[in-house]
Amino acid sequence: MPTLKEQFWDPVAGFGVTFRTMFRKVVTEQYPFEKLPTAPRFHGRHQLNRWPDGLEKCVGCELCAWACPADAIYVEGDSNTDDERFSPGERYGRVYQINYLRCILCGLCIEACPTRALTMTNEYELADTSRESLIYEKSDLLAPLLPGMVQPPHPMLLGEDEGDYYRGNLHKRDEEGDA
Amino acid sequence: MTATQDAGAVVKSDEVTLTIDGIQVSVPKDTLVIRAAEEIGVQIPRFCDHPLLEPVGACRQCLVDVPDAGNGRGFPKPQASCTLPVAEGMVVNTQATSPVADKSQQGVMEFLLINHPLDCPVCDKGGECPLQNQAMSNGRGESRFAESGGVKRTFPKPINLSPQVLLDRERCIVCQRCTRFSAEIAGDPFIELIERGAQQQIGIAEGAEFLSYFSGNTIQICPVGALTSAAYRFRSRPFDLVSTPSITEHDASGSAIRVDHRRGKVMRRLAGNDPLVNEEWITDKDRFGFTWARQDDRLTHPQVRDEDTGELRAASWPEAFAVAARGLKKAKGKVGLLPGGRLTAEDAYAWSKFARVTVRTNNIDFRSRPHSAEEAAFLASTVVLSTTVTYADLESAKRVVLVGLEPEDEAGSIFLRLRKANRATGLEVVSIGAVNTRGLRKVNGTLVPTRPGDEAKALTDLTDLDSSTVILVGERLAGVPGALSAAAAVAQRTGAKLAWVPRRAGDRGAVETGCLPALLPGGRPVADAAARVDLAAAWDVEQVADAEGLDAHGIVAALEAGDLEALVIGGVDPADLGIRKKALKKAFVVALEVRSSAYTELADVVFPVAPASDKAGTFVNWEGRVRSFGKVLDNPHSLPDVRVLAGIAEERGRAIGFRTPEAAWAEMTQVGPWTGARASAPEVSTGSHSTGSVQATSTGLVLASWKQLLDDGRLQDGDPHLAATARPAVILASAATLAGAGLADGDRATLTGPLGSITLPVAVGEVADGVVWAPASAPGASVRHAVGAAGDAVTIGGAK
Repeated sequence: MPTLKEQFWDPVAGFGVTFRTMFRKVVTEQYPFEKLPTAPRFHGRHQLNRWPDGLEKCVGCELCAWACPADAIYVEGDSNTDDERFSPGERYGRVYQINYLRCILCGLCIEACPTRALTMTNEYELADTSRESLIYEKSDLLAPLLPGMVQPPHPMLLGEDEGDYYRGNLHKRDEEGDA
Repeated sequence: MTATQDAGAVVKSDEVTLTIDGIQVSVPKDTLVIRAAEEIGVQIPRFCDHPLLEPVGACRQCLVDVPDAGNGRGFPKPQASCTLPVAEGMVVNTQATSPVADKSQQGVMEFLLINHPLDCPVCDKGGECPLQNQAMSNGRGESRFAESGGVKRTFPKPINLSPQVLLDRERCIVCQRCTRFSAEIAGDPFIELIERGAQQQIGIAEGAEFLSYFSGNTIQICPVGALTSAAYRFRSRPFDLVSTPSITEHDASGSAIRVDHRRGKVMRRLAGNDPLVNEEWITDKDRFGFTWARQDDRLTHPQVRDEDTGELRAASWPEAFAVAARGLKKAKGKVGLLPGGRLTAEDAYAWSKFARVTVRTNNIDFRSRPHSAEEAAFLASTVVLSTTVTYADLESAKRVVLVGLEPEDEAGSIFLRLRKANRATGLEVVSIGAVNTRGLRKVNGTLVPTRPGDEAKALTDLTDLDSSTVILVGERLAGVPGALSAAAAVAQRTGAKLAWVPRRAGDRGAVETGCLPALLPGGRPVADAAARVDLAAAWDVEQVADAEGLDAHGIVAALEAGDLEALVIGGVDPADLGIRKKALKKAFVVALEVRSSAYTELADVVFPVAPASDKAGTFVNWEGRVRSFGKVLDNPHSLPDVRVLAGIAEERGRAIGFRTPEAAWAEMTQVGPWTGARASAPEVSTGSHSTGSVQATSTGLVLASWKQLLDDGRLQDGDPHLAATARPAVILASAATLAGAGLADGDRATLTGPLGSITLPVAVGEVADGVVWAPASAPGASVRHAVGAAGDAVTIGGAK
């Protein structure tokens, strides 16, 4: 024979969590309709950065590919020429691919990058329906051109040589003008 | 090598016992401390030291502490272990046990890095760099020179030492490996140290390029990224390359190479280390000649000639096999086979068996150059199965006689061995030829000036030949009647060792596997009934055709005359054999080629076959040494010759019994060499030439000619940097000959021979009187097609 408590109080008490939660702030995110900002250091999609004049920071050294535990990055370097310059210095990344089917967004590539060319954004919407669309090319990864940046290829605008860029000794070059 | 009766005593006195890091080790006398330390597993850091170069002590990285030099007294300061020979009782402490040695090594490393740029991420050497590695293992984490603001000495970079070799001077640590290689090994001292102090750098004479056939080796031995190759620059990093050991397909040296590929594409080739063959050196052709296989004209699918339209159209493999088999069946044994000289031994064996078992003919000849019946007899009697001469024999010989062979152009690794032996033991090199070439001067050789055609007499007249002599005959001698007979006779008479040095990688393997009209696999003579029965039993066929087949000239003539109705052709340039298009159109032609060529356009069935990188196989080098290699790339678009021929044979109903190179090799081993009587050596007297080339009269000019290392060959296509290092095509003649023709050094002259004429610059060279030399093949100037073959009568005159 159940006691009175068991008969009347316990069934109500069982809904205690339910009733309490009804008056609390909701944690559910209405994701596709309402996009909330991530934590500031969230590891999202990669970005290939540019120098302030628009030249690419990537030198095609492949250290990111070497560091990658998932073998998600493929890089091919090539030589800059005086006519066609994509980055300060001799070498640039001609091919740069990140396979987001493989990438685990661990960020080891960012640590490996010697020129801070590769960083991560907070963009997390990395789902798609085809394999091809998830292999991001260099054009997909490059940072957008900000005001004052010029689409490469063009000569170095902010230094005499790559040393000026690497040392942060950026200044407007007298000759050359606008490329 | 000395007296054998007290070999024990010799060994005893030659061993030196010393103590390294507290461990006793006995090493041969004159060993350097740096290598004695390797014996006990201590790796002393080093840059300038290279086992094949003379010690120089340039980089000072290998400093060790020597508290006792073997006489009870120690060196007051650390010593460079790469220049210090061991002594009895010596005590050495390396960085492993001695803080003094460790500190001095760290100090030297700090000095070396003062001006070394921190551009490892963009440097081709990064990841496989001895400087990078040893800076980590034997250097300090911090540099005290950074306090100067980190300003380093810089140079504009890179500069071209040659079209192929680039120099970043700021990365150089002046170890002098490259200059020492050039001076000691290759003998092309075009680079040298210039300037002093911090400005000291590698330099070239003004306007002079680093012209050497071996320049690529300096890139490989450079311990920093100072020397890089134009072809590989920024293409890849060492950690994403997959390395496969392989064997070069460019010459008969059998040089070990390492093929590095990435994503189905060969990125570079390096020299392998095989002390018995090529040591650590290869020619630039071996190193850079790999782009040919990925040109746009690579065949990617079988083709057959459409019966209705008469055009080639794509076909499936089974269809192409069937069409080829039908055509060959229709020809009823009136078939010639020209496999060419590019085959692996397995492929050559498949060709040979295909000819005998499937087609049932002996009309097979791998030679697509001037050749003769005498040469075939020489190959059957003297060359096949013979391994009398090795690279080591070249080094230990007292004298090497070169006949019809220019090693620098035709066998680079032989040239390097001859030069090494000449420097080490004073090996005497004698060349019977018309030109005192740069290659001959570099081995301090003497020329026996000989007009082309007179080689046999010159060789017979040589005195002082004995068993310590090695005679190397080149394949060019086939064009000189009596020369190979004379070589065999001289070797027989004097006891001198004799070896035949072909140019192409597959030539010796084709001889061994019987791709010749009078020779069956394993050295079995066609004329020997016992050999035929032996082979028929091994192959499980009723009989092997007993009639000697046609040689390549015979096949071409029979095609022209319509006596042969079908031709199976491999890596052959039809122009070399003088095959006319009309003859190819008339006959049923089955072509096995890697890339589209002059005859694939005219063929009835075209099979894409795999280049050496896409198949496993074996090359037999000039020594007779078996050089097996594995597949580098998986390429589904082409098959090895073995598989193609097996497919046709099976469709024909006369299978050759294997489909893969591995199975072919297994069967070759099973069939084995012929142990019975060998064919007898040719006894052709001079002047009875079978190829019928025009022999010059004693008054006129004679053409001397051979193919230079870098020429217009299809296996060098696709690398402009390599092509730019080819030697320019010039006509060489003696000053008297030129004066007689009214020409001066540097003029342009027209050389006219039986086939036509060509206009090239002339230069004065050390050429026998009455002889004119011109390259048999050169980009845009193929004298062998435009003028004639060596030994032909020519005239020379001024060009307008």
